[in-house]
Amino acid sequence: MAKSSSELLRIATAGSVDDGKSTLIGRLLHDTKSILEDQMDHITETSERRGDGYVNLALLTDGLRAEREQGITIDVAYRYFQTGAAATLDDAGAGTLEAAFKTGRKFIIADTPGHEQYTRNMVTGASTADLSIVLVDARRGVSEQTHRHAYISSLLRTPHLVVAVNKMDLVEYSEVVFNRIVAEMTDWAARLEIADIVFIPISALQGDNVVERSVNMPWYQGPSLLYHLEHVVIATDREMDNVRFPVQWVIRPMTDDHHDYRGYAGQMAAGILRPGSEVVVLPSGRKTKVKTIDSYDGELDVAFPSMSVTLRLEDEIDISRGDMIVDADEAPTVAREFEAMICWMSEEPMRTGGRYAVKHTTRSTKTIVDKLEYRVDVNTLERDHDVDELRLNEIGRVHLRTSTPLVVDPYSRNRATGSFILIDESTNDTVGAGMIRSGR
Amino acid sequence: MRTARMTFHVGDETSTHYELSHLQALEAESIFIMREVAAQFERPVLLFSGGKDSIVLMRLAEKAFRPGRFPFPVMHVDTGHNFPEVIEFRDRLVEELGERLIVANVQDSIDAGRVREETGPRASRNRLQTTTLLDAIAEHGFDAAFGGARRDEERARAKERVFSFRDDFGQWDPKNQRPELWSLYNGQIRKGEHVRVFPISNWTELDVWQYIAQEGLEVPSIYFAHTREVFERDKMLYATNEHMELLDGETPFELSVRYRTVGDMTCTGAVRSTANSLLEVVTEIAATRITERGETRADDRVTEAAMEDRKREGYF
Repeated sequence: MAKSSSELLRIATAGSVDDGKSTLIGRLLHDTKSILEDQMDHITETSERRGDGYVNLALLTDGLRAEREQGITIDVAYRYFQTGAAATLDDAGAGTLEAAFKTGRKFIIADTPGHEQYTRNMVTGASTADLSIVLVDARRGVSEQTHRHAYISSLLRTPHLVVAVNKMDLVEYSEVVFNRIVAEMTDWAARLEIADIVFIPISALQGDNVVERSVNMPWYQGPSLLYHLEHVVIATDREMDNVRFPVQWVIRPMTDDHHDYRGYAGQMAAGILRPGSEVVVLPSGRKTKVKTIDSYDGELDVAFPSMSVTLRLEDEIDISRGDMIVDADEAPTVAREFEAMICWMSEEPMRTGGRYAVKHTTRSTKTIVDKLEYRVDVNTLERDHDVDELRLNEIGRVHLRTSTPLVVDPYSRNRATGSFILIDESTNDTVGAGMIRSGR
Repeated sequence: MRTARMTFHVGDETSTHYELSHLQALEAESIFIMREVAAQFERPVLLFSGGKDSIVLMRLAEKAFRPGRFPFPVMHVDTGHNFPEVIEFRDRLVEELGERLIVANVQDSIDAGRVREETGPRASRNRLQTTTLLDAIAEHGFDAAFGGARRDEERARAKERVFSFRDDFGQWDPKNQRPELWSLYNGQIRKGEHVRVFPISNWTELDVWQYIAQEGLEVPSIYFAHTREVFERDKMLYATNEHMELLDGETPFELSVRYRTVGDMTCTGAVRSTANSLLEVVTEIAATRITERGETRADDRVTEAAMEDRKREGYF
């Protein structure tokens, strides 16, 4: 496989205290030289003081006082590392700036705790992830928690899933054990919609198959975890067929130099635009063409996801924030009634008849919950139809009605135009995360 | 000083798929965040320190809003203990960009009796800035304030949201943060509350320098190696200056140093360095084995949770 250009891979990991997730992240950071000496000194000293008996790499990600005091992870932590930088510099010597910056991939890990608020945190981490890593303890095999992690990854449409079968050193690097877990998990995953699932036998503690291929498992022919992370192709995950451009901000300088300038600023959510592309503005339905694609660095000849650009159009049309510029062929649905999956994130349950503010792309409106159809048991996938509320960390199917129309796609087609959040207007808190199934 | 512009092409049209480099992806995300703030809030402000991170914010604001003006002013909280090179740089940059600058002075807060100056050889105005900042936010009625903080800087920051809610006392409650999903940022607040917004949350120190090189941005001269009279205290090198008294046994000496972060002279340490070009600086950072705050910021060394505690009070 050709080495991909230096791009960004967003990873979500989830796991509980014992499955070695912190050790794995610690090892990825350590082996890519992303943990610096003062950080290492600090956690070594803290581990000793607490009597951990080993260098507790979890301390790296537990950033808050309460987390360190209670020895638990409360919230999603973000970690960063990149590959290739140090190696290139060693070669570069007195090289050039370009050489100094030449890196492999850059990685953002959303590290989510497995116990407290697990669904809320996992959903948050998975919502932006290109890839999820689910850890399985080789001694225990596939657990309810593994099921739950895989389900949430598939619900949030994280395009790539890695099942890292950890602690292989404690099962004598047994191929039989690994194959049994692969078979069991493949069976379960068949009930989910997962586009790409890869299994890797590792030992985070010993380092087997994390960065380097393991000599202890000659029967395993696949890549190490880091190699996979560096080479998994994500460019084709983006929706390139149909143009979706939610208008975020209208640039109207009204200065002498730019008196008649009117540009529509936003981030490409899907598709490819060029000057001359025919477009439709929704919800009005007015048709026009792209005149120019502007950026600070000059006019561009193409715009694609996830570029932030400014469009000027051929015709003067009244367009404001919340409108969506789409291509003339396959328009999204302009709808006021929706079926959606909701993950509830508030102590105050969601009830039928509840009213909330809704934020979808760059548009905000009000919504009412018409019906709660069922609740999903995230461990077994069973549906409970006899429900009248969704509580914190529960996931269910709902029918919603909005006060003004939204321009939507099914979440399965587009994560940007198919997702929304619900806001409790008495507290202004974000209380629900929604994924649209259909709209009318 | 200006550096040669690096050339980066947008996307890769020779292959079948369209890809952004990691820096282009980060830039697009940051521009999106800045435009969201402009659209969702009535009175935003950009907090500018003269440091490299806020210099990047200024360029991102140009990218987000040109050919229009910034839909917000730029504000500097001036402790009166800043490096003169940085103040000179601040004034020049804001003028070149043609934007509005507000300076909130810690000295004014002291004169008005809002805060009391620390005394003694280790006195610093670092903590006093919080009061000046919160007073200025209240006085101008700002409902959103951009900051250049990054999650890779510090452990408490690694857990902070991009839209970080502050109550009407300006306080951050890390255990009660709004979940942040997709790119749907919830900016709803009540009167008197505000939101701190961190558009470069996902950038690392190396990303920032790479972007400075790519964009050919000017940075204050103290980021490059120069000979300066310094003294050593608590294993850090401080510039001798009128705001700090020497303790017994501290002897000033001349050394080739540069600054890795820009803060107050009273709490920002210099690093031994001969790097006087962007390439040498970047090479030095890529090879360094110590974090930027660990190496240069005394303010984070007070306790294990020094940053978390200051942030809870309303610090940057």
